[in-house]
Amino acid sequence: MDKLFDFELTARLLGLDFVQMALLAAAVLGLVAGTLGPLIVMRRMSFAVHGTAELAFTGAAAALLLGIGVSYGALLGAVVAALLLGLLGGRESERDSVIGVILSFGLGLGVLLLWFYEGRASNKFGILVGQIVAVEPQDLTALLVAAVVVLVVLGLIYRPLLFASVDPGVAVARGVPVHLLSPLFAVLVGIATALGVQIVGALLVVALMVTPAAAAARLTASPLRATVLAVVFAEIAAIGGIVLSLAPGAPVSFFVTAISFTIYLVCRLVAYVRGRERRGAVDAVSAASAVPAAHQR
Amino acid sequence: MSRGVVEIEGAGLRFGDRVLWSGLDLDVQPGEFLAVLGPNGSGKTSLLRVLLGLQSLSAGEARVVGKAPGRGNRKVGYIPQQRAMDEQLTLRGTDLVGLGLDGDRWGFGLLGAGKRRRRIAELVESVGAESYASSAVGRLSGGEQQRLRVAQALIGEPEVLLCDEPLASLDLTHQRVVSELIDRRRREAGTAVLFVTHEINPILSYVDRVLYLVNGQFRIGTPDEVMNSQTLSELYRTRVEVLRVGGQIHVAGAQSALCEDEVHHHVDERVS
Repeated sequence: MDKLFDFELTARLLGLDFVQMALLAAAVLGLVAGTLGPLIVMRRMSFAVHGTAELAFTGAAAALLLGIGVSYGALLGAVVAALLLGLLGGRESERDSVIGVILSFGLGLGVLLLWFYEGRASNKFGILVGQIVAVEPQDLTALLVAAVVVLVVLGLIYRPLLFASVDPGVAVARGVPVHLLSPLFAVLVGIATALGVQIVGALLVVALMVTPAAAAARLTASPLRATVLAVVFAEIAAIGGIVLSLAPGAPVSFFVTAISFTIYLVCRLVAYVRGRERRGAVDAVSAASAVPAAHQR
Repeated sequence: MSRGVVEIEGAGLRFGDRVLWSGLDLDVQPGEFLAVLGPNGSGKTSLLRVLLGLQSLSAGEARVVGKAPGRGNRKVGYIPQQRAMDEQLTLRGTDLVGLGLDGDRWGFGLLGAGKRRRRIAELVESVGAESYASSAVGRLSGGEQQRLRVAQALIGEPEVLLCDEPLASLDLTHQRVVSELIDRRRREAGTAVLFVTHEINPILSYVDRVLYLVNGQFRIGTPDEVMNSQTLSELYRTRVEVLRVGGQIHVAGAQSALCEDEVHHHVDERVS
């Protein structure tokens, strides 16, 4: 346990190329995940992100077996998942169960594919719980390209997407192509999820895509401020998680999720305290205004 | 009579075998307040959907501000029925109003942010929502939300305002406040108002004409011409008593079809 606080070892490891590569990858992922997060939370897509991640895992497992890049497999799996969820889960009442159905089948298929795979066991484990230390330079290029694509497309569709997410009835009336934006956003989420799968693994991708945004929503009602906060929280979790994991050599995923969860708890606490103060103030005001009103009668 | 801002000619709408209405001619003038009444399923909301370009007519044609109804006509404002919003939704009242200004535009719209903010503040002030416009919309009462909805619909300077049960589930005070705001707009800016409602009394003093739809039949006229026992009995094809009590209209009929306390439909019912 004292290895956790071995700063000298941490500093030495931070000087290594592959560690810096991992940190850069985490920073890019944090930015993308944090930016998409508030919209994911608004659109109630947390479970969809989880389902998409499981299919990214299936895709990655298939890629591992076929000997092609795991990142391409994850990307393909996630995008197929996003489109499937978009097509089959059109109605809100159905969406939840459709995700469950697809998720479980995808996970089962992935397990079978891994069983066929005869390479190193750590590769198998890696796509489930993350393998940040294995980021290659070409992976990083792919990551950067994908991140830029996601952010540019999101920038273009941001306002109509926000409109469609928070106020679909009026958005439709104002001519926003709601039915086009949903699958498009699902694909963006799919791409981001595939990126996340390589860093924190399929099982924990929600910790970066959803938790920071859910935490931010507790602190502010402004969409812009929520996005900025979500990016900051996601960066702290992603980069902080890697740095903390260096000295003990423990799984990155634990640290990323632990930081993310801690931030969430702190935000809830802050919101709770604020809410109590606000209610107190309202009570005081209404008590004060009730007195003269009573006198007037 | 000058050309109306809403012109409907020989319009019919059917879903399969079911005819909602047919042979509908309607011409709504600038500044006119038209109430659209009728039991559930009579096609009131479908009429709004037609004018919003979300539903095509089965027959005839419709024009809104001189153009065929198209999605996203900026001269058309829309106020929906109040609906509950998630308390944790990261959206303030000002954001809701701002979406009415440019929510349908692509890109972030970082240019002109100051001008945008001033315009939103103006509208928020005009509906008297300053004290809560920066709160999360999910924490606002239904009445507060609907005031912001009025601001959201008016910020684009519409020439036609389509309202779909905007007073439903509001208390009496807010019913009055919201309908006054809508009435003020049509008087000050000459915006035509099409107001779908199951309850005419809150807006009775503003209404110029009534379109009453029942089972494929309809009547158009002033409230006095339409809201009387004879006309409604003809429309419903059963005996209906219309009573006027203290400036209010009460429709009493043997048919359960007249019990219109619940609102069952939304323009966005086919969304998501």
